[in-house]
Amino acid sequence: MGVAKYIKDEKDSIKEVIYQSGIKVKPVYTPKDLEDVGFEYDNDLGDPGEYPFTRNLHPQGYRSRAWTTRQYTGFGTPQETNERFKLMISHGQTGLNVAFDLPTQMGYDSDDPKALGEVGRVGMAIDSLRDFEIAFDGIPLDRIGSGLTINAVASIMLAMYQAAAEKFGYPKEKISATPQNDILKEMIGRGAWIFPVEQAVRLVGDSIEYSVKELPRCNPVSICGYHIRESGANPAQEIACAFEIAKAYIENVQSRGLAVEDFVGRFSFNLNVFGNLWEQIAKFRAARKLWAKMLKEEYGVQEKKKLFLRGLFGGGGSGLTKEQPENNIMRGAFYALGAALSGAQTTALCSFDEAYTIPTPRAALLSLRTLEILMDEVGLRDTVDPLAGSYFIETLTKQMETKIQDEMKQIQDVGGMVHAVASGFIQRKVAQQAYEYESGIQKGVYIKVGVNKYALGSEAQTDVELHEYDEQGVDKQIAGLNELRRARDNREVKRLLKELDKAARDGRNVMPLLVDCCRAYATVGEMSGVFRDVFGEWHEPSIF
Amino acid sequence: MITKKIKILIGKPGLDGHDRGAKVTALALRDAGMEVIYTGLHQTVEQIVRAAVQEAVDVVGLSIMSGAHLPICQKLLDLMKVEGIQEIPVVVGGVIPKQDIPKLSELGVAGVFPGGTSFDQIVDGINEVAK
Repeated sequence: MGVAKYIKDEKDSIKEVIYQSGIKVKPVYTPKDLEDVGFEYDNDLGDPGEYPFTRNLHPQGYRSRAWTTRQYTGFGTPQETNERFKLMISHGQTGLNVAFDLPTQMGYDSDDPKALGEVGRVGMAIDSLRDFEIAFDGIPLDRIGSGLTINAVASIMLAMYQAAAEKFGYPKEKISATPQNDILKEMIGRGAWIFPVEQAVRLVGDSIEYSVKELPRCNPVSICGYHIRESGANPAQEIACAFEIAKAYIENVQSRGLAVEDFVGRFSFNLNVFGNLWEQIAKFRAARKLWAKMLKEEYGVQEKKKLFLRGLFGGGGSGLTKEQPENNIMRGAFYALGAALSGAQTTALCSFDEAYTIPTPRAALLSLRTLEILMDEVGLRDTVDPLAGSYFIETLTKQMETKIQDEMKQIQDVGGMVHAVASGFIQRKVAQQAYEYESGIQKGVYIKVGVNKYALGSEAQTDVELHEYDEQGVDKQIAGLNELRRARDNREVKRLLKELDKAARDGRNVMPLLVDCCRAYATVGEMSGVFRDVFGEWHEPSIF
Repeated sequence: MITKKIKILIGKPGLDGHDRGAKVTALALRDAGMEVIYTGLHQTVEQIVRAAVQEAVDVVGLSIMSGAHLPICQKLLDLMKVEGIQEIPVVVGGVIPKQDIPKLSELGVAGVFPGGTSFDQIVDGINEVAK
């Protein structure tokens, strides 16, 4: 939902502007507006680096450190992915953001009948620790952090990452992994879920608890408003859903006897940048503030750093169009500008060809360069929070804060996020909005350049170079898996899987056993199979 | 003349979970007066064919975003033949590169609606193949 609603008169003069979150924008803002919304510098902003962090998490923003760029990478075999990782690092990328293929995300081995046609297609295929050993070979895992875009089986991948790092000689205390691990948003948006809601949330809780105790530099969960927005939520709902999801995880871990103060600093967020520029900026500023306030006031978190809303502001996928794909290069630049003006700590940008294919190397490099130009050429590092004090931006930030709170209240009123997802409440709302938006585009209510304005017609559509699917890579992957099953100690694998089964049934934290299983080269399909047996699978609520 | 309401099954085959397109299209078809049955995510081709038989639908629609549209359609059409329901037209939407449209037609897919196709075009297309 990339655009606001504009009501114009017959002379093309804009009479009304309504943002997606429902905020009406005035033609002129003055100090009176700040007064009307009750704006106070100390309460609403504070200096950068000071509570409530509306302006920035750090006193000098990008002057002390530019943002971290983390383009989403990974395809085909672990070998190819390893080459691409090394290429991106040599281009200046400072963190990895790993894509897995669908069978891996859904807990199937590459030779499972359900994996047919999908192995290595949208990310790399991982069957066992052997594949991680190849994928991360030669990557300095004590210096480069890795985002692992995986959710239903994130606990398995985190365990495998630890096992791989240890094999390379990096102690578990030194590694920095951020598995996405946000299963509730998968159930709302992205769809890569396996287990029923409660059990799935328990696995998230297990990995958070384990990280707090064993992996001091890992961020075990990255909460994704991103995909909820991609599915049709407006910017205020994106943040509201993310915060309500966070609360569901907080409460799970809290129920294990851990203090919120001791783990919430490990949470990070993944939020979307597409849409109206000002609305996004207000969204990020309001979100930083609300998160800090919520942790302090509702959960009694004290330590400053633990109140930070850290994370990746980036992507922008559903703002991109299939029509005139080169326009997406410009769109990406403007979305990234919004992220930079909002003080994004980490970022990544969808590539211009992503409406068609997983990015070609050229497109991925263009995205990275876009981010680098902002930092190194055009002045985004000059001063922190350059828009602070703007009558418009500060009014909007206050209004956005109220909208987010209203949306959070609606979720609380149906019993919190676990209930809202299990009943289909959120999914229904988001799908209906997506439909209304899509209809709005088709009727010209919302403008999309190259689609419903300045369109060229289908004959003139540009072809983009497609990333080829490698059938031979699949055969190689499956051959490797078969060889692994012959070579490993199968009795030990069987014994450990049985232990895992027992831990899952007994309600014990499954992480230590997952690490043992990974070390013994148990496969993703085998470990997920244990969970499938114990937990069963989720049945989506009907939303129509 | 009373025209019969078209009954369409929207299936999400395979492991891909991006269902915004499928849901939005389902809502548009329903608004256009069709009876829509949505299978939900992660369906096997066998499950989709079974649902088509049980629900006695007039059209089967698939939403595929992962790039695996060719093997999936091939398998679905083969199985429909085995089940004796090959006369039910199959339409496909999703991320479908232009060069694959003739290949899908050759397989026997009755209509292809790549991302960006308008609701009106989809409704017209389905009305056409359901005749």
